[in-house]
Amino acid sequence: MARPLPFKIAVVSSVLFIVCTNFVCCNNGRKVGDVMDTEFSGFSVPLEHSFEVDDVAKFRVRGALVLKAGREPSVSLTQSQLSEEDRTKLKDVAAVDGLYRVRVPRVFLQADRQTERQMEGYLTAFVRACAMVESHLSDVISLHTDVSGYLIGVSIVTLPGACRGTEVEDEVDLEVFNTTLSIMAPVNAPGPETALFLERMEMESEKKGKNPQEQKSFFAKYWYLILGGAIFLMVTNSAQPPAGGGREQS
Amino acid sequence: MARLIWLCLKCIMLYSTVQAVFEDQVGKFDWRQQYVGKVRFSHFDSHVQSSKKVLVATENNVFASLNTRTGELFWRHVDKTGPEGNIDALLQHGQDAVLVVGNGRLLRSWEINIGGLNWEIVLDSGSFQSACLVGQQDTVKHVAVLKKTIISLHYLSNGHQKWIENLPESETVDYQAVYSGGNGEVYALGVVPHSHIAIVAYSLEDGEIIKQISVEAPWLSNIQASCSVIDQGVLTCVDSATVSLYMLDLHLQSQMTQIPLQSLGLEVTPGFQPVLVSTQPNPARPPLSEFLLQLGPEHHLLLQLNNGHIVTLRDFKPAMLVSFATTGEKTVAAVMSPKNKTACSINLFSGETGRRLLDTTLIFNLDPNGGKPEKLYVQAFLKKDDSVGYRVIVQTEDHTLTFIQQPGRVMWTREEALSDVVTMEMVDLPLTGTQAELEGEFGKKADGLMSMVLKRLSSQLILLQAWIAHLWKLFYDARKPRSQVKNDVTIENLSRDEFNLQKMMVMVTASGKVRDQSLPSRGVTSVSRGMSCALFGIDSKTGSILWRHYLNNIPSNPAFKLMVQRTTAHFPHPPQCTLLIKDKDTGLATLHVFNPIFGKKSHISPPPLPQPILQSLILPLMDQDYAKVLLLVDDQYKVSAFPSTKNVLQQLQEMASSIFFYLIDSSQGRLSGYRLRTDLSTELIWEVVVPTEVQRIVSVKGKRPNEHVHSQGRVMGDRSVLYKYLNPNLLAVVLESTDLHQERSFVGILLIDGVTGRIIHEAVQRKARGPVHVVHSENWVVYEYWSTKSRRNEFSVIELYEGMELYNSTVFSSLDRPHAPQVLQQSYIFPSSISTMEATLTEKGITSRHLLIGLPSGGILSLPKMFLDPRRPEIVTEQSREENLIPYAPELLIRTEWFINYNQTVSRVRGIYTAPSGLESTCLVVAYGLDIYQTRVYPSKQFDVLKDDYDYMLISSVLLALFFATMISKRLAEVKLLNRAWR
Repeated sequence: MARPLPFKIAVVSSVLFIVCTNFVCCNNGRKVGDVMDTEFSGFSVPLEHSFEVDDVAKFRVRGALVLKAGREPSVSLTQSQLSEEDRTKLKDVAAVDGLYRVRVPRVFLQADRQTERQMEGYLTAFVRACAMVESHLSDVISLHTDVSGYLIGVSIVTLPGACRGTEVEDEVDLEVFNTTLSIMAPVNAPGPETALFLERMEMESEKKGKNPQEQKSFFAKYWYLILGGAIFLMVTNSAQPPAGGGREQS
Repeated sequence: MARLIWLCLKCIMLYSTVQAVFEDQVGKFDWRQQYVGKVRFSHFDSHVQSSKKVLVATENNVFASLNTRTGELFWRHVDKTGPEGNIDALLQHGQDAVLVVGNGRLLRSWEINIGGLNWEIVLDSGSFQSACLVGQQDTVKHVAVLKKTIISLHYLSNGHQKWIENLPESETVDYQAVYSGGNGEVYALGVVPHSHIAIVAYSLEDGEIIKQISVEAPWLSNIQASCSVIDQGVLTCVDSATVSLYMLDLHLQSQMTQIPLQSLGLEVTPGFQPVLVSTQPNPARPPLSEFLLQLGPEHHLLLQLNNGHIVTLRDFKPAMLVSFATTGEKTVAAVMSPKNKTACSINLFSGETGRRLLDTTLIFNLDPNGGKPEKLYVQAFLKKDDSVGYRVIVQTEDHTLTFIQQPGRVMWTREEALSDVVTMEMVDLPLTGTQAELEGEFGKKADGLMSMVLKRLSSQLILLQAWIAHLWKLFYDARKPRSQVKNDVTIENLSRDEFNLQKMMVMVTASGKVRDQSLPSRGVTSVSRGMSCALFGIDSKTGSILWRHYLNNIPSNPAFKLMVQRTTAHFPHPPQCTLLIKDKDTGLATLHVFNPIFGKKSHISPPPLPQPILQSLILPLMDQDYAKVLLLVDDQYKVSAFPSTKNVLQQLQEMASSIFFYLIDSSQGRLSGYRLRTDLSTELIWEVVVPTEVQRIVSVKGKRPNEHVHSQGRVMGDRSVLYKYLNPNLLAVVLESTDLHQERSFVGILLIDGVTGRIIHEAVQRKARGPVHVVHSENWVVYEYWSTKSRRNEFSVIELYEGMELYNSTVFSSLDRPHAPQVLQQSYIFPSSISTMEATLTEKGITSRHLLIGLPSGGILSLPKMFLDPRRPEIVTEQSREENLIPYAPELLIRTEWFINYNQTVSRVRGIYTAPSGLESTCLVVAYGLDIYQTRVYPSKQFDVLKDDYDYMLISSVLLALFFATMISKRLAEVKLLNRAWR
């Protein structure tokens, strides 16, 4: 093939770019605890996780969610790698079928001031720790808001979701989170579709109107059958009495 | 041509009536029972000697006439629910019954023979106090209505107002009673509590105030509760503080005379508020001088006012209930006194002398599972020899009406508690004894060949014996005339039928709302009551009540949950149901464990529950006695199990990590999930918080645990399969906005996985308002709401699909379903508001589903789910036609043939219960409200049942003929072959 190398690079990089824009894969290697520069109208809340062998929740910071309010709220995540200690702990928790929990604080997205945003309490969710390990930390986190922009729930699933008991040999697989993040507002449920239905009805009646055959009335369409039937009836009626009379005579 | 058209018409008619009931099927598979509710006022129709009517007005705002011979309804009028239709007073005169309705809003007169409305007028506003009939010179022509500030007089004939007058000083004086003695004056009696009585006398003719007096009475606070008018207008009051009677002649005196009860040699039971009861047989004449005084719970006295002196005519002790009755010129007092533990006796006493009338004893047997007698309604009549005969209606605490004739024959009983069913379950009937014996053989542990053989022989012998007994009974019955052969259903001969179509309906009733405190208590019904709760066992085939059990000590604001812990399938262990009764105010709960077939309380003592209960769940786990385990979560998030044997605890420990439950706190908008730990404590694993400032959680619906789904997916037009998302842990949470403005209000639907707390789908219906009715089943949720924008009722359906391939086809686990399902939704217009909604349920889930919708009009509509399908296409394509999808139409029509209860209207339907039967095509339906209606529905027609008119003869004769034909032809063929071989 005599295609120039730069072209190939361009194709690959554009594919990569598309992939990257679809999934907000966030790991910029920054240390947690660094000051997060809140971009305009966005603000950050901590994403915390907990996995303990004795299953008593002890939440620690996993990363920071940057939420952007507005008509279409968006979210991005900055998170660090798992430390050596955490990796072994996660494997231990997975071995005893413990839970991997995440939590985010309750926030109100549409508020202007920081103080109004934060509300009391947390939203929590969990997956089985073994699923987390076996999926090599590939999780899908979605945040749900209500109609007015309050965060009401968080959910976490791993891909793949099953625990098959496969051993994760390579420690490197458990270093980096591969997180797909989304924020969802409620869907507007559809009302009854009257307009479309009426339109369709009109179209149909118009179609009928165009077709002159359809427009004719019942009698206009079948006059010959009715006439034929009537003549037949008349003939049979008038034919019978003489026949009967004939029999009488004989 | 005419024939052709006729044929066409016939075809159309036939097609449209396929779902309807044929005339000869009416009442064959269905029954309806009509109720009136707890009786508040009752009058025997006495203007005709041979009348067999009794008028009742009830707490459920029903006015009805009962047949005293059979207990059936002659007619019934059901008014609005709530205070708007509340019946305040019932007065009867001749053929007319006058009702005051809705806290004095309406005055109505009914013709009592046919129940037609004579007239109705709207009264002036004001809270109703009292009403009485007003007569003059032995004719009664008027009715007086006393309200807070006005008194009005109306003609009985047409309701027109004769006069209306303001009450003097109505700001300070609390007018409570109105009295007329037939002398052309109407008295309004009021009281300034702890100060004085105000008496205003109006002229009957023009409403002019004749006289106005006020009398010192610092001890009095309520006239209705403690006073009564006796004799020629003597107001008599009883005061418990000073233990005396106070008397005041309304015509003469201006001071009350005090008569200490001690001077009459009487004593009041400590802590008891004495009650005075007088009788005024004819409103045109003054009341009788005899009156009743109740001094203790079981102590009554018949007193007489004789020339200003009080004479004791008779002392009734013990006497539970006493009631006056009048026939002709004779007035009698009926007294109910306890005889022994299981029976009461009722006797008649002459009103004038207090003498016991001979041969008037009547025995009333108390049901040990029923309530105590509460009220006595007496119908007295004159016999041919001029002696007084009587019949009584006894009303007990469980709202049962029992009509008894001398000498104690129960003519009929009406279980009026059944007008307030709160929850119900259907339980399979047990196998007959012999069947159970055979079944039991397999259940027992095997112990040696010999004993097994012996056991088998013995059970075969028992079977033989039963068969012979059956034959003998047939023979015996055959000799008797047919009319005498009874085929009654009793508890003894209950057994399951071939297709399990007959079941036991266990119904929980709870009635008796806390009375509105703003309404002053009126006369006899002033006793404050709590809740009255009873359990009923009803045979689903005939509707006959097989057992009932009255529950004592019910909290005033209870919530009920009925659970079947053990079905009848585990012979010899008896079936077991558990009723959880929870006090909504304190959260404290009690358990009532009983056998659903016989209604007996189980010998198993339920655990004491000292802590408030947050959640209860029944697990599919069973203990060694096959009872399902009930888990109760208390407010410390500790879990207790019932039954809690070692075996159960061990199983729980093993299963703990896979037992999850959810709690909902609607006041904080918090939904939280918990997991069980091995030490029966719990841990919080997920939390979803819905801000209560914006919306509130209205209802949460899971799926029914006994639901089966037969097909995993739907075959599409192109032969591919769309798999359903069948998550058994899915919850549908309904939210309603707190803002009720029609532009901003909304209804939200959250679909949440109950194990992981994952929000599967979140939809919001804008410009919509409740009440929302939800049905959640299979892979769909149907809900109904009020659209504020278009001002109409709308249905919406959500269906969930996994997609074209299944993630894990063998087992569903909420923990391992990473992909969110596809969600389809569509909405429709419904032309009526609805009262309740439920989906049909069948044994294996093969039959298509219908929605059963209870309409306020009393109809039960069976709407095929097919019409509520979000895949209904707007533009018809070849594929959608292939799939049999109905093209989308925004309006759901109500077709009259879809009403499963044809003309059997179910009043005020509150709930519909569905249960599968042994036949896949058949679903049993019970609709309850004021009435109870039971029927069967066949959503996919009776595909597994041969028709009634199936021609067995033809089929068998054809079969036989074919058989013989083959035999003969075979023989002929053989002969032919033989012949050919010889050739």
